[in-house]
Amino acid sequence: MKKMHFREWGIESTRYWGLLAVLAGLAAVAGIAVLYMEHEGHWVTGMNNQVVWGLPHVFAIFLIVAASGALNVASIGSVFGKKMYKPLAPLSALLAVSLLIGGLLVLVLDLGQPTRLIVAMTKYNFKSIFAWNIYLYVGFLVIVVAYLWTMLDRKVNKYTKTAGTIAFVWRLILTTGTGSIFGFLVARQGYDAAIMAPMFIIMSFAYGLAFYLLVLMYAFKADGRELGDAILFRLKNLLGVFVAAVFYFTVVYHLTNLYGTENHAYEAFILLNGGIYTFLFWGGWMLMGLLLPMGILYHPGLGKTRGGIVAASLMVLLGGMSAIYVIVIGGQAFPMAMFPGQTIIASGFFDGVNGQIASYSPSLPELLLGIGGVAVVLIMTFIAIRMLRFLPESLADDVADPHHVKG
Amino acid sequence: MSTQPDKGRRAFLGTAAGAAALTTVAPGVFLHATANAAPRADAVTDQVRWGMLIDTSKCADGCSDCVSACDKENGLDLMIKPEGATDEQWAQQKPRWIRSVTIKDNLTDRVTTLPMMCQHCEHPPCVDVCPTGASFRRDDGIVMVDRHTCIGCRYCMMACPYKARSFIHENIQLKETAAPRGKGCVESCNFCVHRLDDGGTTTACQDACEHEAIVFGDLKDPGSAVAQALQSYDSVQIRADLKLNTGVRYTKI
Repeated sequence: MKKMHFREWGIESTRYWGLLAVLAGLAAVAGIAVLYMEHEGHWVTGMNNQVVWGLPHVFAIFLIVAASGALNVASIGSVFGKKMYKPLAPLSALLAVSLLIGGLLVLVLDLGQPTRLIVAMTKYNFKSIFAWNIYLYVGFLVIVVAYLWTMLDRKVNKYTKTAGTIAFVWRLILTTGTGSIFGFLVARQGYDAAIMAPMFIIMSFAYGLAFYLLVLMYAFKADGRELGDAILFRLKNLLGVFVAAVFYFTVVYHLTNLYGTENHAYEAFILLNGGIYTFLFWGGWMLMGLLLPMGILYHPGLGKTRGGIVAASLMVLLGGMSAIYVIVIGGQAFPMAMFPGQTIIASGFFDGVNGQIASYSPSLPELLLGIGGVAVVLIMTFIAIRMLRFLPESLADDVADPHHVKG
Repeated sequence: MSTQPDKGRRAFLGTAAGAAALTTVAPGVFLHATANAAPRADAVTDQVRWGMLIDTSKCADGCSDCVSACDKENGLDLMIKPEGATDEQWAQQKPRWIRSVTIKDNLTDRVTTLPMMCQHCEHPPCVDVCPTGASFRRDDGIVMVDRHTCIGCRYCMMACPYKARSFIHENIQLKETAAPRGKGCVESCNFCVHRLDDGGTTTACQDACEHEAIVFGDLKDPGSAVAQALQSYDSVQIRADLKLNTGVRYTKI
């Protein structure tokens, strides 16, 4: 195995600035959308008193979940001592930071009173998992930045394992916290389940790695760096395992729900007759997000092509968005069971009359805000890899694989 | 001694400054507070727990007097549909503190009509989840929102098992002095807290109910009408399985 060198991202200036300009444009449009929503109030969104968290929350939660998962590659290198993953670690930590900032930005800008962020920073109710999350998120940023420092600065290299271990444990707690936002909601049929927290962790593994793979492949290709099969196939196999694990948790989540009669109506809603939610569950969450990527990644031919790996990663991300949409929006759209054994036949406040589901259609400003969040993630990532030495010069097989045999 | 050279002049200046403040700086608020100083000066204690009993057999189907009274009392009727919003959108987005719900038993087909509002839980999930503590429970059992610290995250609305809360989706043109309201904050029934703090003992919905389906009062006072009614009738909590010990109880559901 040759010595590993790191170098700044060297794509042509025009291409780099063009890329940043497009992304900055998307972020600016999102900024305008936020100003519009804040100036007018949330009535210009599709959200209402029944579905109170909309598309921005889907984006925000997705990005935050992916953030902790993006750190996995670094953890495998530093914490579990897999040498091959070590050169991949700086980008992994960078993506963890940028995804988290992007997600939090979307979350905060959708608040009814975003200017009161200072209140959220100074007044805490420690019984609230939200308040805990504020600490978990800020702590995660600090720890991962410190971890990055130990990786990039040779003088403090010796602390990498310690920093990496702390970051790894912290990220597990963080995703547990994110999953618990829903797990703690006793009021709603779809949420009140302890399995939510581990399911969110395993989802984060898959979404984070899929995002990582796409950024790695793009950054290397654009820059003309070599990314060997040894490392790429290892990562795609890992993605396959994570996707299979999400599949397992999804099945167990619904099977346990189906066992209890009280959940039958909710399960019928998600699995059979929930309209857009049923469609997104089967078409998005299951087929596009899990079954197709698994099929591609484990296919003897397709799984070994770059196009196949890119397609599988993209599908994991889009399927993941569908999954979060079904959980967040579907869980709210399904009427709350306030009167067991009774049917609500009239209501002055949309209580799910005769089982009617609550309506929500996302508006354009919400979508633009979410896309802006993704743009900010990419802006931060591209600037960082351009300015600092995040990427190895080469991940060709003879460089990256300690067991490489010249063929 | 020369420490207080001119008492008369000082007193005059003080009075003049006070008078100027009274007439210029938010006179309405200042005078209002002065006029009601006595009852509001005492801190709220847990010697009292405000609560309600709703006799659903008296609640008439098709009647919405309690809803209109609440709307008027708390300025909900002053809210206007934002220009450009559809009627359906406005119906979904405008705030509502109390609503009429009609339910039918799945086995017997028995139909019951009842008002639903914040149930003023002893262990309110909305208070548990609020990150800033803006959603809080007073010692006297009233659950309400501090609109100065509410950041509009809507987590309380996700957590409430009774769908009792509303988010203010639009700019506010007019509001009642007693019911402050702001875009981007969450609110819900507070048992007409302004009345209670001024020494009142009834809520607007109770006063409006000519069928006498709503009995309101201090649950801890054995002599109160609500405590005596709760003694005499079987009553239930909605979603009693959550063990929230609600301050609003129902009979004959």
